[in-house]
Order: sequence, then structure tokens, then C-alpha cells
Amino acid sequence: MKKVLNLFLLLLLLWLGWQFAGWALFRAVWQPDATACRAASGACWGFIVEKHRLIAFGTYPYEEHWRPALSSVLLVALWVLSAWRVFWKPRLIFIWVVGLATIGVLMWGGVFGLPYVENERWGGLILTLLLTTFGLAFAFPLSILLALGRRSELPTVRALCVAYIELIRGVPLVSVLFMASVMLPLFLPAGVSVDKLLRAQIALILFAAAYLAEVVRGGLQAIAQHQYDTADALGLNYLQRTFLIVLPQALRIAVPPLVNTCIGFFKDTSLVLIIGLFDLLSTIKVSLNDPAWTGFGVEAYLFAAAVYFIFCYSMSLYSRRLEASAGRYGG
Amino acid sequence: MAVNLKAKRLGVQALAAALVIAAAAYLVFNTLANLEARRIASGFAFLWREAGFEVGESTFFAYGAADPYARALLVGLANTCKVAILGIVAATVLGTAIGLSRLSTSPFLKGASAAYVEFIRNVPLLVQLFFWYALLTEGLPPPREALAPLPGVFLTNRGLFFPGFSGVPELQGFNFTGGAALSPEFAALLIGLSLYTAAFIAEIVRAGVMAVRRDQWHAAQALGLERRHVLRYVVAPQALRVIVPPLTSQYLNLTKNSSLAVAIGYPDLVSIANTTINQTGQAIEGVAIIMAVYLVISLAISALMNWSNARLR
Repeated sequence: MKKVLNLFLLLLLLWLGWQFAGWALFRAVWQPDATACRAASGACWGFIVEKHRLIAFGTYPYEEHWRPALSSVLLVALWVLSAWRVFWKPRLIFIWVVGLATIGVLMWGGVFGLPYVENERWGGLILTLLLTTFGLAFAFPLSILLALGRRSELPTVRALCVAYIELIRGVPLVSVLFMASVMLPLFLPAGVSVDKLLRAQIALILFAAAYLAEVVRGGLQAIAQHQYDTADALGLNYLQRTFLIVLPQALRIAVPPLVNTCIGFFKDTSLVLIIGLFDLLSTIKVSLNDPAWTGFGVEAYLFAAAVYFIFCYSMSLYSRRLEASAGRYGG
Repeated sequence: MAVNLKAKRLGVQALAAALVIAAAAYLVFNTLANLEARRIASGFAFLWREAGFEVGESTFFAYGAADPYARALLVGLANTCKVAILGIVAATVLGTAIGLSRLSTSPFLKGASAAYVEFIRNVPLLVQLFFWYALLTEGLPPPREALAPLPGVFLTNRGLFFPGFSGVPELQGFNFTGGAALSPEFAALLIGLSLYTAAFIAEIVRAGVMAVRRDQWHAAQALGLERRHVLRYVVAPQALRVIVPPLTSQYLNLTKNSSLAVAIGYPDLVSIANTTINQTGQAIEGVAIIMAVYLVISLAISALMNWSNARLR
């Protein structure tokens, strides 16, 4: 009985795989030819080939596409570098500052003979990567403060942090993005304006900080009481105890769940599409607006899924490896 | 020393409170000045004005363009609740099935469910929603060439039609009438939310079952219970205690994620509030309504789950 069921399941999976392969590979059209695509019964990957520049770089000036391309490669390289434990040294901060400065120069230009490109024209993969990078870079320190505040002995501080964390975690990201895009301009004094990209970035930072704070708090809770007592016995004050004894251990424990939160955040940046920013998903959606190429949404979004999957899955493999090695490093 | 410490603690708290109050006052002051400059009357009086826009579909409440904004928002809330409740039921059933499949002895079932979980969890929900919407509107034929997998069930690019209380759907003119219908927007949102959340629920169910100690299985088997009875009477009651708290947060996530409806044009609360904000300029009130409603839903679901969790123990 069991064997029959297994065989049936195997055949079903093979059949499904065969059907999908037929559509996605054997009967697919790879040339950027809309007429051939409409005639074929398979997938139209020619659409991606035709629109690859728009999808990858948005409305960035065509001749300057090498700049966001180089920036993307640089940013991914920085991430990969930071994943290595041997680089977890103060030097890493210096490398990041230099790397981000280079990316800033490349993207904005205006110096070294590079034409200036305002950030309204940035788009595609680099925007997704930048939103993630800066979102995490600013949210992480904020989340540490929130987590410490939530575990503070001072009732006022604790109440403020709990209220912030629970408020943000209780509402959808879309509403935080709306708040940033329609309410933030009202919050600022007359004459001061913040551009759309920065507004979205602020919303993402405020949102991520609440979620990261809960992960950091998990790490803090795992620190045994005697660590606090020993630090007190040594005569360390609150700041010394927190930053020299407690946090280094707590953050080490929290690394795998932190990476998982980062994966979630990377996926969440796709929501900036709703407030009209041109991230990777947005450029894919916009490329479907071309009247000559309408009706290839299935292919376009499968492609989007594949790109996001490559990024997220490599991060989750990394997180799993960290978890497995946590014991060895006295995690 | 003790007095000194107490004074310091009070000082730090007073400073924190003062900073927050000062920041809030600054924002309120700016906002009031800006509202005055733009001649926007703050307050919720606009809710009783005529909305003047149509809503694609409504649940429980009849609605027309002449109705006030308050009613439009109520329709949006009902639509949110509809997709959230159906999504929670579907995701729980599917997630449990996939979670148990991952623990099955069949290598194919195990592999297929593991691949499902990995793929779904590593792709943004918004991409998946767009994918399902594209598949339902581009992949399905027009009503005249509708797919009919079962008698009375018609799948078209204008929606999915089933036999319902009001009879069997029939082709009239360019579309089907009668029976029960799901719009492509609703169907895409429901499918996307259910499949996405099911992957997370599957992991929770798997972890919950694995948390039941091996000797519980062995003892139950030694008593001569069949595998399904072992699951039902020995493993499930213990696993549920581990499963319920994270399951609650998945239900909350699904409800919050239903706000992505705005991207594919399903008229949920956020989508209607967004239209309202664009028409009236009442941004603060609109965002406040969205946030307040979701906070109430979050608290209600947590309370319900705490209650059921307390009963399980």
C-alpha cells in the first residue's frame, strides 16, 4: 500500500515537473520577439531579455548603467565579506564606510567627470539593495537601544519602548509607509521637504527597528543573571556592564535570528512599490505596461521570484550554517 | 549613595519623558501650522460626507457611491475580515498538512513539502500576489471559453464561479451570472495569503510535533495505538501547547499582510482608506483609522489565542 502510494506520488511529481519544464524550457521563446511569444504555447523569456535594462536599472540614464551595476556588485561584495567571521573586527566598519562612500559617488556622480543623477531616477536592483542596507544599518543601533530600554529598570523608559515596539508590530508595514509618504510632510516645518526615497527609507528604518529589537531582546534574555552580578561586583557602571559584558554575548546569540529578520526585511522592501518607488519589483511591474508586451505577467513575476529567491535563500543557508556552528564558537 | 541613585534614576526618566513630549509637541505644532496653511479641517467630520466612489465588491453591507466615507470604510473592514478569516482557515488546514508531510516517512512527500516551504518563504508575498493575479487574469480564458473542471464550476479571467445558494452560474452576454463568484482580485489575495502563511504554519507544526519527546511516541505505540491515534490522542495535545503561541502571530501576520490588497486592487480597509485620503486630504485621520483598526484586530486575536491557550493547559 505504502509502496503504491509512493510510486503514485513520484509519478505525479515527475509529471508536474515535466509539464513545467515543457512550458518553461522546451516550448519557451528566448528571443525578444513579441509576435513569436504570442504564437508559442510556452513561456516568453524574450520579455525579460527585451526589458532587462529597465528591470535592472529603472530610469537611470542609459549610458550610465555601468554605475548602478558596479554599485550593486560592490554592495553584494560588502555583504558577502561581512558574512565571514574572520572579518568581524572594527576594521569592517571602516571597509563599509569606504564602500558606501564609493557607491554614493558612483550613484550620484557630479564629481570625477561623472554626470550628476538625482535620486528620483535611481531604480531597480540597486534601490532594493540600498533600501535594505541603509534600513538595517540605521535600524540595528536603534533596535539595540529599544531592546535595552524594554529591559530597563526605569518604568518610564520601559513603557515608552514597549509602546513603540508593540505599536509598530501591531500595524501593517503598508500603514507605516503611508504614514511616511502622506503624514511626514505635515510633520515638518513649512519649507522643509524630504524626498520620496528618504521618506520610504525612514519608514523602513522605524519598522525594522521594532522587529530587530525583539530579536535583540531575545538575546539579552539568554544572558544569565550571574553575568550581570559579576559585572556589578567588578564595579562596572551600567554603560560598561552593558557594552562590555552583556551586549557582546547577547548579540552573538542573536545572530541567526537576526539574519532571519534581515531576510524578512529584504522581502519587505518590495512594499515601497505601493508608495511609488522604483525598486526591483516595481521596475518589473512597470515593464509590463508597454502595450507591445502586455500579458506576460506570469513570466515577469516568476523571474522576480527567482531573483528574490536567490538572495533570500543564500541568506537563509548562511543563517543555518551559523546556527550549526554556534556551539563551536561558544555561542 | 541610595538617595543619589534614586535621584539619578528619576532624572533619567524625566529626561526621557521630556524628550518624547518635546518631540511630540514639535510635530503637533508643525502639523497644526501646516494644516492651517493648506486649509484642511482636522477631525473626523469628513466621514459623514458623500464618498462618491464605487467599490469593486462588498461583503455584508450594501454600498453605493452616494453613501458616506464611513460606510465605505466599513465595507473595506468587512472585506478585510472576509479575506483574513477565510485565509486563516485555509492556511491552517494546508499548513498542518504540509507540516505533517515534512515528518512523513515517504521521501517524495518529504522532499516536495520541504521544497514548497523553502520556495514560498524566500519570495516576497507581494511578488506571489502579483503572480497569482497575473495567472488568474492572463492565464485563464475569457468567460465564453471558460474552463469547467467540474460541472457548474467555471474558471475565467473575469473571476471564478461556483454553484451557490442562488443557483448555478450561467453564461449571459459577456459574463456569468448566478451562483457564487470570486473576483480575480479576491481569489488572488486569498490564494497568495493562504499559500504564503501555510509555509510558515507548516514549520510551526513540524517544530511542535518534533518537540514531543520520542518516548511519548514509543510508549503510545507500545500500548498498541495506531499511528493516527498516537497523533490524535498523545502527540497533538502536547504539540498544540508549543504550536499555539507562534500560530497566533502567524494569524496576526496574515491579517496584517491582507493590507497588500491595495497593490492588486482588492477593496480592503487600507485600499479604501487610501482612496479616502487621496480624495479628502485627511491623511492623519486616514492613517490613524488604519492603525487603530489593525491594533484592535491584533489585540483581539491575541486575547482570543491567550484564552484558548489557557484552556489547553
